[in-house]
Amino acid sequence: MLDGRSAIKRKLPARLVLSATWLILLTLAAIAAPLIAPKDPLAQDLFLGQLPPFWVQGHEPGYLLGTDSLGRDVLSRILYGARLALTVALTAGTITCIIGATMGLLAGFLRGWVDVLISRAIDIWMAFPPVLFSILLIAVLGPGLSSIIIAIVVIDWTRFARVIRAEAMTQGAMDYVASAQVAGRSRISTMFTEILPNVLPTIVVLLTLEMGISIIVEAILSFVNLSISTDDPTWGGMIAEGRTSIHQAWWVLVFPLATLFLTVLSFSQLGEGLKDRFDPVLR
Amino acid sequence: MQFFQSVLLRLSTTFVTLLGVAVIVFFVIRVVPGNPIAMMLPPGATESDVTRLTALYGLDKSIPEQFLIWISGVIQGDFGTSITTKQPVLQLVLNRLPATLELSVMALIIAIILGGLMALTGTRLRGTKTEAAIDVTNGMALSVPDFLWGLILILTFGVLLPIFHISGRVTPSLQLPFTTNFYLTEAVLRLRFDLWLDIAAHMFMPALALAIPLAAIIGQLLKQSLKETMHLDYVTLARTKGYSETHVILHEALPNAILPTLTLVGVQFTFLIGGTVIIERLFSYEGLGNMAIDAVINRDLPLIQGIVILFAVIFTGFNLLVDLTYAALNPRLRHA
Repeated sequence: MLDGRSAIKRKLPARLVLSATWLILLTLAAIAAPLIAPKDPLAQDLFLGQLPPFWVQGHEPGYLLGTDSLGRDVLSRILYGARLALTVALTAGTITCIIGATMGLLAGFLRGWVDVLISRAIDIWMAFPPVLFSILLIAVLGPGLSSIIIAIVVIDWTRFARVIRAEAMTQGAMDYVASAQVAGRSRISTMFTEILPNVLPTIVVLLTLEMGISIIVEAILSFVNLSISTDDPTWGGMIAEGRTSIHQAWWVLVFPLATLFLTVLSFSQLGEGLKDRFDPVLR
Repeated sequence: MQFFQSVLLRLSTTFVTLLGVAVIVFFVIRVVPGNPIAMMLPPGATESDVTRLTALYGLDKSIPEQFLIWISGVIQGDFGTSITTKQPVLQLVLNRLPATLELSVMALIIAIILGGLMALTGTRLRGTKTEAAIDVTNGMALSVPDFLWGLILILTFGVLLPIFHISGRVTPSLQLPFTTNFYLTEAVLRLRFDLWLDIAAHMFMPALALAIPLAAIIGQLLKQSLKETMHLDYVTLARTKGYSETHVILHEALPNAILPTLTLVGVQFTFLIGGTVIIERLFSYEGLGNMAIDAVINRDLPLIQGIVILFAVIFTGFNLLVDLTYAALNPRLRHA
């Protein structure tokens, strides 16, 4: 057992460092996209369609990762796509977290009819297939960045609410909460000053995971052509295009897919790494 | 007596959940912009044609009124008529359901086999590099959702090493003698293994994409409970009796370690079914999920309602089954 514990401790920093490095680099690249992108991500040139990446015969200088069938630069589109992906991850992730965690705290700590109401709502939400639900919401709200964010918040708040509710119930049964009550604190004040700090590590872990999930949801919606407008560069949109021209131009699919894969993996590894860090049993 | 009371309570909450789903989906899709009637008519249709058809589909009534008409139909098994295909929704949905069920069950079987193998190998070779490699693979498989695995599979086994089909359910030129839509099952029953092979080769990639994350969950949990079981006295006793390590794991530890995993598989299976929506789209597999996305794009309101309700019935029904089985098997819950 001791061996296992030290093995985990040695492994931990590596995955935290690697995933954090990738996410920081990606964020910097996204911010600097207008400066570092070699081409205009929207510029089409039908004479330069489906150019291969730089190490393959037939490439064109200046197009490092090749072009798609409309002659748009793949690298520049990935960089600009990162802006959208990270915007969605940060905003949708944070809003989902705030709403979901509040619902979970209220249900788990106040119990009673509040709990009944929120738990029933969670049950109903869990009976929807999430991907279909998000596609339906985008059809209702119309495409666009704010619609995607709303759709993610509406669907995913239950992820936070379920876990935080259970945690708040456990914390609420502890002695320190009872003493706070005896000291004359109101229920709501106790919830924020006593319970919240104790479930905060869990919230942070869930938030990190949710950011990765948000990026996937955005990619799925772009893939079924329901995300932003069709022109704006999105990873999901590039993947959808790459899927259709996969036999002629593999690079149109491979590069955005690899970027998406690494980003989602990093968010998830960061979350898992933080979970191990916060977990007192493992520490 | 208490057992039946809890069953009744559970049944009634399931009913409330389904009603909630019905209300939400009905009202949400009525806010969808875009007139489905205008979309189904040819260009040149007059204003009165639109009005007549709108009345025919009952779309001229108030939304609560429409809901009452629809829900009383649903209770009698009438889900309305699809606007795009003009066929009964129930028939359309039931025609596609077998494809999705076969895909989900195949994915579940793959997940159990892969996850079980990872857990057993990891336990047998614990402390070695292989165990560490299995842990890392598991972590990766768990971190990345089915949608991305599907794309990676398309790229590797559809394009680089074209072994499997990456599109459709069956080769379109094949003559199918089937009377049901359970192609894979019927091919076995009719002993048409040539057809079975073709269908399985189409199904394998999407099923694997759905299976990978679940396999990782199974692998992780089963390995964890095996690890705990391996420290128990009766396992040590079996070892001192001279049984081989593999025998001890398979015959002594596994039967006791498998229960928590089975419960988890029950819960996770509904998530897997939810994942079929996008995976079917990705692999152009003609199942329920693919039809659902088309229905949303075509604004086929009755069809969307029908599919969402069916998914909700499958999810809640399956969860109910898992809970009841668990309660029936667990004496503490049965007599509590």
